[in-house]
Amino acid sequence: MSTSSGSPESWISSFCSLLGHEYFAEVSEEFIEDDFNLTGLQTQVAMYKEALEMILDVDPDDDEDDEDEEDEDELDESGGEERVVGGGRHHSRVASDLSVIESSAEMLYGLIHQRFICSRAGIQQMSEKYDLGHFGVCPRFNCNMARTLPVGLSDIPGEDTVKLFCPSCLDVYVPPNSRFQTVDGAFFGRTFGALFLLTFPDYDISKTGADHLTSLSRSGNNSASADETLMINGMFARNIAPGLGAGKVYEPRIYGFRVAEIAKSGPRMQWLRNKPDDINELDEARLYAQQPGDSDDDDESTTQNSRGGARRRPPGNARLRTAQRQAQNGSPMSLEAATNNGAEAEL
Amino acid sequence: MDDFVSESDSDYTSYWRDWFISSRGNEYFCEIDEEYLTDRFNLTGLNVEVQYYQYALDLINDVFDLDCDDEMRETIEKSARHLYGLIHARYIVTTRGLAKMLEKYKKADFGKCPRVQCNSHPLLPMGLSDVPNNKAAKLYCARCEDIYNPKSSRHAGIDGAYFGTSFHNILFQVYPALVPAKSAERYVPRCYGFKVHAAAALVRWQNGKRDEMKRRLRKMEIDSGFRDGEDEECEESDEDEELDEERKDLEASETRSAH
Repeated sequence: MSTSSGSPESWISSFCSLLGHEYFAEVSEEFIEDDFNLTGLQTQVAMYKEALEMILDVDPDDDEDDEDEEDEDELDESGGEERVVGGGRHHSRVASDLSVIESSAEMLYGLIHQRFICSRAGIQQMSEKYDLGHFGVCPRFNCNMARTLPVGLSDIPGEDTVKLFCPSCLDVYVPPNSRFQTVDGAFFGRTFGALFLLTFPDYDISKTGADHLTSLSRSGNNSASADETLMINGMFARNIAPGLGAGKVYEPRIYGFRVAEIAKSGPRMQWLRNKPDDINELDEARLYAQQPGDSDDDDESTTQNSRGGARRRPPGNARLRTAQRQAQNGSPMSLEAATNNGAEAEL
Repeated sequence: MDDFVSESDSDYTSYWRDWFISSRGNEYFCEIDEEYLTDRFNLTGLNVEVQYYQYALDLINDVFDLDCDDEMRETIEKSARHLYGLIHARYIVTTRGLAKMLEKYKKADFGKCPRVQCNSHPLLPMGLSDVPNNKAAKLYCARCEDIYNPKSSRHAGIDGAYFGTSFHNILFQVYPALVPAKSAERYVPRCYGFKVHAAAALVRWQNGKRDEMKRRLRKMEIDSGFRDGEDEECEESDEDEELDEERKDLEASETRSAH
């Protein structure tokens, strides 16, 4: 059955090589064949079974016996044109039926893709594509061509097209080429962008473009080596929005003079591209714990916990740090939930 | 010889500027008025910037009648394009120039902001330096007040000095009614619906900065330019950046009940 896996003629690889589908990773057949990974998709996709068969290049049930044989036959005769192959395969079906299945298969593939790129194998594949710059670069000038990641703004198909998330400025952009306007954002999902940054904390986000940028963003601190490994809020400090902060915020000027904030046309959006000069300011849990005479309404144990975990860490064992990071990650959330009247907890 | 001159003349007469602004890659330029070009005062100092200044100016004004070889003509042509750009930077901050650029802005001739939350707001061309041959032209979005690289490579090569660092800001000073409404809406990275702590902490910090600014402006009784609804709820919660519909509804009902 898996004879077609990896062959360039498979439905999956030809789908991914279509114009506008450059952002897609090739979902492995093992992932699709595991029913657990497809839980709940039956109800979302019309003609689910047929669509799944099309994706996996499996023949319809009626000729189950010579499935493998037929599969191979078709591989021989197909010349990269999968849509034609699809047409030839289901000769018993009507053409209109086929186009329905085809679009169902695309939808199904997209939804599986959304799950796949959050799996270990999938995110690895996406990281390779990221390395090769398949997803393009951030259009923002001050991000200095930082590479972007494809994301959706919704997990429900049909709501919005795919967008590009820039880890350097933590904002989302419309892909420059209009051919991506037809790709559904749900096929990438809301989770992937953020999960990618958490999965690969060691990536130098601002790498593409200019290496001097990273040194610039770090220039505020004196010891580079300690800075290298400084972790705040579960991420390397150097990877927290390197494209933002002082020097990377646009200052409107007229003939060299800055436009005042009190002018009607004065700057109002600088906060969006701002970042504390001292990144430690973002270590809310630690700062909170340091406040004198606090925590009368908060759970004492949570505060204690976060104080231990969130302290500025000297360079040391990476694995140890990861363990600590997990402990640290948990506590601010509970703090937040407590202070937010439980609004966050609804999520 | 006379034939050749008149021939080339008619080729360019009243056409050079037309040709220039309509040729590919020059979509960002507007046409400079004849009167502006003929007033020497407007061109003060440009003669040292541009090679073959007089010939280049003649070419722009369609009175070029020098008999020269192709190579020379090419050089003058290049100078003329450069000179046009430099005059353009001065012209677009005049009343007429601003009006012309405004028309182009309204038609979104300079492209649209790639930022999702800006909803394809039209961009304006700008330079990062007023000195020529220094930095390429960039695009400014008045909604998010940030600078973007032009999408197309044919615009990436335009000299930023042909628009200057002041033009887009002057435009909104002259036409304050056109300053777009600012939006506090933004993207918050999430994992399975949960905010990522590092990014969320930064967002909270930024929101704090924004609320500080709003308070400052309110004290001076200056309109902050943000939409009203959001203006009010910021005071109460420093955690108002929710894209979720439910949360928005909740806040809307909160403010409604507060009134």
